[in-house]
Amino acid sequence: MLTLYLLGILAAAIPLAAVFGRKNGLLRLVLLPLPAFAAFLLLAGFAAPEVLSSGSVSFSASWIPQLGVDLAFNLNGLGLLLALLVTGIGTLIIIYGHGYMGSHPHSNRLFALLYLFMFAMTGLAMADHLMVFFVFWELTSVSSYFLIGFQHKDKGARDNALQALLVTGLGGMALMAGFILMAMAGNSWLISELTLVGDEIKGHPQYFAILILVLLGAFTKSAQFPFHFWLPNAMSAPTPVSAYLHSATMVKAGIFLMFLLYPIIGGTGLWTILLTTTGSITLLLGGVYGLCQYDLKRILAGTTLAVLGLLTILLGIGTEKDILAALIFLIGHALYKATLFMVAGSVDHETGTRDTRVLGFLRKSMPWTAVIALLAAFSKMGLPPFFGFLGKEYTYKASIAHEWQWLLTAILIVGNAMILSLAVKAAILPFWRTSQGSLPKVPHEAPWSMRAGPLLLAVGGMFIGIFPHTMDPLLSAAKSAAMGYSLETEIKLWQGFNIPLMLSALTLLAGLTIVARNHWLESWTTRIPESISGRVYKGLLNGVMKFANWQTRALQSGYLHNYIFIITSVTLVLITFKLWRFGGLSNIEVTGSLSPGMVIVAVVMTVSLVLAVMTKSRLTALLALGLIGFGIAYIFAEFSAPDLAITQILVETLTIVLFAWAVFKLPEFGRPSSRNTLLRDAALSIVTGVLVTVLVLKSQTLDFGSAISGTLTEWSLAKAYGANVVNVILVDFRAIDTWGEIVVLTIAAIGIWSLASSRKGVKKEGNK
Amino acid sequence: MSSAILNITARFLGPVLVLLSLIVLYRGHNLPGGGFIGGLIAASGILLIVLAKDWHGLERSWWPNPLLLLASGLAVTVLSGVIGLLYGQDFMTGIWLPAMELPLLGKVKLGTPLLFDVGVYLVVLGFTLKCAQALGEEFWK
Repeated sequence: MLTLYLLGILAAAIPLAAVFGRKNGLLRLVLLPLPAFAAFLLLAGFAAPEVLSSGSVSFSASWIPQLGVDLAFNLNGLGLLLALLVTGIGTLIIIYGHGYMGSHPHSNRLFALLYLFMFAMTGLAMADHLMVFFVFWELTSVSSYFLIGFQHKDKGARDNALQALLVTGLGGMALMAGFILMAMAGNSWLISELTLVGDEIKGHPQYFAILILVLLGAFTKSAQFPFHFWLPNAMSAPTPVSAYLHSATMVKAGIFLMFLLYPIIGGTGLWTILLTTTGSITLLLGGVYGLCQYDLKRILAGTTLAVLGLLTILLGIGTEKDILAALIFLIGHALYKATLFMVAGSVDHETGTRDTRVLGFLRKSMPWTAVIALLAAFSKMGLPPFFGFLGKEYTYKASIAHEWQWLLTAILIVGNAMILSLAVKAAILPFWRTSQGSLPKVPHEAPWSMRAGPLLLAVGGMFIGIFPHTMDPLLSAAKSAAMGYSLETEIKLWQGFNIPLMLSALTLLAGLTIVARNHWLESWTTRIPESISGRVYKGLLNGVMKFANWQTRALQSGYLHNYIFIITSVTLVLITFKLWRFGGLSNIEVTGSLSPGMVIVAVVMTVSLVLAVMTKSRLTALLALGLIGFGIAYIFAEFSAPDLAITQILVETLTIVLFAWAVFKLPEFGRPSSRNTLLRDAALSIVTGVLVTVLVLKSQTLDFGSAISGTLTEWSLAKAYGANVVNVILVDFRAIDTWGEIVVLTIAAIGIWSLASSRKGVKKEGNK
Repeated sequence: MSSAILNITARFLGPVLVLLSLIVLYRGHNLPGGGFIGGLIAASGILLIVLAKDWHGLERSWWPNPLLLLASGLAVTVLSGVIGLLYGQDFMTGIWLPAMELPLLGKVKLGTPLLFDVGVYLVVLGFTLKCAQALGEEFWK
């Protein structure tokens, strides 16, 4: 039940934030973060003790029993860690957002969307059923789309939002396919049950497909190469969003998925190669990208990419040591990166720019922010006694134990050195170097609401660095969940003079060298070509757009003549296909005789048809067509279908009346088509007509199995209390079909209405 | 387009047609008729009146708004389906009241299929009137 309360609180917060989030004032500052904080307390106070003692908290209720989808939740150590980060950092982000958004007219939207995201992310952390997981997974993509495109009047922001949605959405499709295959291979939809049959799935013939599809989902979400390009572009979101979604939480969802599924599909040779290769490329790419940037947020986005790559490498190797290192790194990163983004937001807010080339000497005007940035930067640089230091130490400790230690360690050192230099570039230089020139605004300290969150996170990063054993229980639980068996963990800040410590020193040296040489890296900035995968994305998107335009122009020409031509041609092709499938023209015989009445009607209809085609008067054509309609009604009546006959007569009458109304206002009845078009149309109609007739004759010789009409007639009075079987079929036996039809009628009426209204608009404009 | 003959015919025939449409609607379950036919007859009755007078008749406030007819028709059909659910049956299962003896009408059986037919009647009527209205706006303004 706890899981439901949690989701309930966060879901209820969405409309509340939408209603009360607009008015800037103390009330908003106090009330708005409350639901997130309550969720955090619920997790820390009630869920955590249970998870830590018994391994997990689960809840299950029936949702769609027909499809075997249950609302199954299972909060284990990993989920707890993620949920705590989401709600904890979320609370601080909302407080920060209060100061950042100020009196922005749409600030309520931002808060509501942040809560929607928090709801989705918490659900994701707890979901046990694969489909429930998938629903929350997609919900995070959708909320991310709205948040990146928050400045919706900016075309760039809209394009970037769409890019993130398309990339993560396509990954999501692959993920769903992977989930379905996985559930079939493991014969269960529950992650908690699948972890028990991991070996079976790893040995399954479809393991390769499962792994690739699931990893596509994880890689797109966590911005791994070659899908990394959307993350830097997502920086067009407001800064609280970048701090929250695109560094601390959402992009970790892919990593979380890999943690969670590690016991099910992880640890094979293929897994290791895919993850370490992709992770390495992403790590180095992210670092270089960051070094080439001068926009604070883009620099930080580069380091986020690098860290996501590093985590993927560790997961790829996947020993106990690596998993532990990845968990420590993940926590450390979430704390310092959210802080640094908020700092970047404050700098942007108070100075009017995020350009590192002009920022300098801000310690004078923003002393608090400067100190906060320094603390977070130290953690990011991996200096003791910050938690980032532990992350780096444990990473090195894990990498040197691996068989390919020299290569991996080298990549990690280069990556960490770049992350370190980026920390200096983004979080130390703007505050502590000399003034670089005038800023757009006279800088002053950010309000307290924008200092509290980052300060708390930065100090928190230092606190758990000094007292790492406070994290032991949570790390043990998370590690046990990721490994699939129970483990005790103890982490220490000081581990003596060992190889990792020396590697750290080497990293520091390398990083500072990069900082010293960064001016020539920066000189590349304007010269970096757009990434290849970014260009591929653009090419594909343009291609789809062009195709859509082309086919719309080809099919939706707006000429009634073309529509009828297309419809008739398609009918012709389909009829020909059907006839061919049922053996062509063989076996056709004309049986039965015509009554005298039918002969007369047939003659009248044929004459009317010729008249309608040949006449030069519109009214004559109209009446001739009406005559054909009444002839059809007579045929219906002759075959004892009074309902059909009556309907036909009424429809025919109303059509003629309505048409007669309009007929005087229509332009002269000319022959707009050329001779060739006429011949083409005539040929098409005649061939289609003949073939339809043949098809009808043919259908009489075919045996389609027993007809249902006898049964329906029998049931009509007995079961449905109606003697008119046509009506009973319409309103009872096949009522849902009828319902569909009247819905179509309604839609058509709305279409006619909008057509008439739009014409009216054109006329009005013309009159002016 | 006003003619005395048309005017007088319409004044009598219009209401008669609308009344006839209701009868056709009601008897449809056992004899030829039903919502589609009833709706079309009602539409011809109303259009006859409008034709005899002028187009603006269709827009007067006392006149049924076609879109409202469409919407309420759909709502009625959904309602008739939901009643089955309330009785613990599947959506759109027919539910019948016990037969009653009423003066004039004789033995009367009321059930959700009839309600569904009323919805069809309203939608068909609304659709036809909407088409007429759109044409009228197009050509007579």
